[in-house]
Amino acid sequence: MSRYFRGVWDGVYTVLIGMKVTWRHLFTRAVTIQYPDVKVKLPERARNRLYVNMDDCIGCDQCAMACPVDCITIETVKSTPDVDLGLTSVGTKKRLYVSQFDIDIAKCCYCGLCVYPCPTECIKMTDVYEFSEYERENLVYRFAVMTPAEIDAAKSRLVAYDKEQAAKKAAAAAARPAAAPARGPAPAASPSSPAPKPAAGGPSPAAAPTTTPPAAPAPAAVSTPAAAPATTPPAAPAPAAGSTPAAATPPAAPSTPPAAPPKNDTNP
Amino acid sequence: MKNFLLELLNNEALVYVLMALVPLIWVIPFALFGVWWERKISAHMQDRLGPMLTGGWHGWSQTIADAVKLLQKEDLVPAAADKKLFVLAPYIVFAGSYAAYAAIPFSAAFVGAEINLGLFYVISISSLVVVGLILAGWASNSKWSLFGAMRSAAQIVSYEVPVALSILAVVMVVGTFDLQEINQLQTGPVWHWLVFQKFPFLFLACVIYFLASLAEVNRTPFDLPESESELVAGYHTEYSGMRFALMYLAEYANMFAVSAIVVTLFFGGWNSPFGEFLSGPWWGLFWFLGKGLAVIFVQIWLRWTLPRLRVDQLTYIGWKVLIPFSFAIILGVGAWVLAAGQ
Repeated sequence: MSRYFRGVWDGVYTVLIGMKVTWRHLFTRAVTIQYPDVKVKLPERARNRLYVNMDDCIGCDQCAMACPVDCITIETVKSTPDVDLGLTSVGTKKRLYVSQFDIDIAKCCYCGLCVYPCPTECIKMTDVYEFSEYERENLVYRFAVMTPAEIDAAKSRLVAYDKEQAAKKAAAAAARPAAAPARGPAPAASPSSPAPKPAAGGPSPAAAPTTTPPAAPAPAAVSTPAAAPATTPPAAPAPAAGSTPAAATPPAAPSTPPAAPPKNDTNP
Repeated sequence: MKNFLLELLNNEALVYVLMALVPLIWVIPFALFGVWWERKISAHMQDRLGPMLTGGWHGWSQTIADAVKLLQKEDLVPAAADKKLFVLAPYIVFAGSYAAYAAIPFSAAFVGAEINLGLFYVISISSLVVVGLILAGWASNSKWSLFGAMRSAAQIVSYEVPVALSILAVVMVVGTFDLQEINQLQTGPVWHWLVFQKFPFLFLACVIYFLASLAEVNRTPFDLPESESELVAGYHTEYSGMRFALMYLAEYANMFAVSAIVVTLFFGGWNSPFGEFLSGPWWGLFWFLGKGLAVIFVQIWLRWTLPRLRVDQLTYIGWKVLIPFSFAIILGVGAWVLAAGQ
């Protein structure tokens, strides 16, 4: 009997306790965040949508190699020496046209592994997380800024340049037999070294177009750097051998050194 | 109100139809906003916010949007269902819960039908709802629905007896079945309310009636016929669209009907708690609806506090706790009335 009343009392009493709890929670501030209207600030290092600052990208492909799910596709076109692609914000020289830089964000697993190898810190994870799309295609982000026409132009320029270089090489190869005897009899010619390149440590006369020395100067590598100021009488053999543009420059180049050391940043 | 309409329209049939429709002015908005209110209360009791966007201010029109959606839904009748009964059931459910409003005194000036057996009528007609539920469960020809209907049948034998017995205690005190008369007896300050009379007997009768009425309207912790988490939706699993909405409307109408009985029998009905102050037909309506909403708030409060009982626990509470206590109350009140008069 007493157990029965005890049970009834417990039933009533515990219900009242429960009601007290719910009553208190009725006036507790709700924990709900009204998402589209109110957004929680993400932690500083939150990893969300990838962003690539194409101004800084040098097309090194390291991010694509680091990506564990292969969601980054990069294609580049080599630039010819006559174009200056500028510098990145960290001072690295850009040598490649980045003709394609696609990130398939649908594949991305937000691991952030692509961010670390980037030498110019141009690929990074942003705090943008609202980028749903109706078409999966739209999740492939194309960061490359080049138009197809520009890409074609860059490619054809490279082809032309390669052809020219090949021709120059061939010419140099042809010239070598001629040059070799020239060097033999005239040891004094050592200062000659029209080849501006190896000597480049200093004034580097080759600042102008067609920087990279073709094979032709290679033999001249023997020459001492001290030859810089020389007016290079033996320069003649080299130009004599070669193609016209190459021929045009060496005479011009020697003219500059006496003046002043030109900017040498174009030199490798 | 009836006499006023009779003078105005001079057509008895029309007046009766109008009188029958008047409670709908309250029931339908209450069902719409009661659902919203319950969702808000339940949300805040769980530290959530509930609907916030629809309609602008705290999602006030969420249930209106839901009702519009239900109106557009396909009217589906399962192929294996007993079509006639299936279609009939929601109407019986709603008719049962709405018929109770005929005798409920909303104010000193308005009661749908002035019958001197009002209380008796309300108790008996609201049992019709269960017939509708069992019909719905049976006609759906679905196991979930049938289980819900069977539980509803087990439930009615558990709660109807304490409901009747606890009301009997009140009737012994007031000596009438006329709800309007019960209201008039409670006129005056708060301590004239029946819940404070013959203390503690009528207070316990109030608690017993309230608990049993929770079972009557299938509210948690006695929502066995619906049991969302075990029987999908119980007896109305197979209903969709407007028929489902009708079931829902009936549920909320029923909620207010039992709250109205609690208010009328124990909390002074349309009487102002301040005696003569703020009383009158319109204030009476205000007090009546306000008190009814307060009781519904307690129903909601309990629902979001307690888990569902098992069938055997419900029958235990009905037969082994509420009924013995009701008998004790009847004995106590009877002795009191016999010794001291009403």
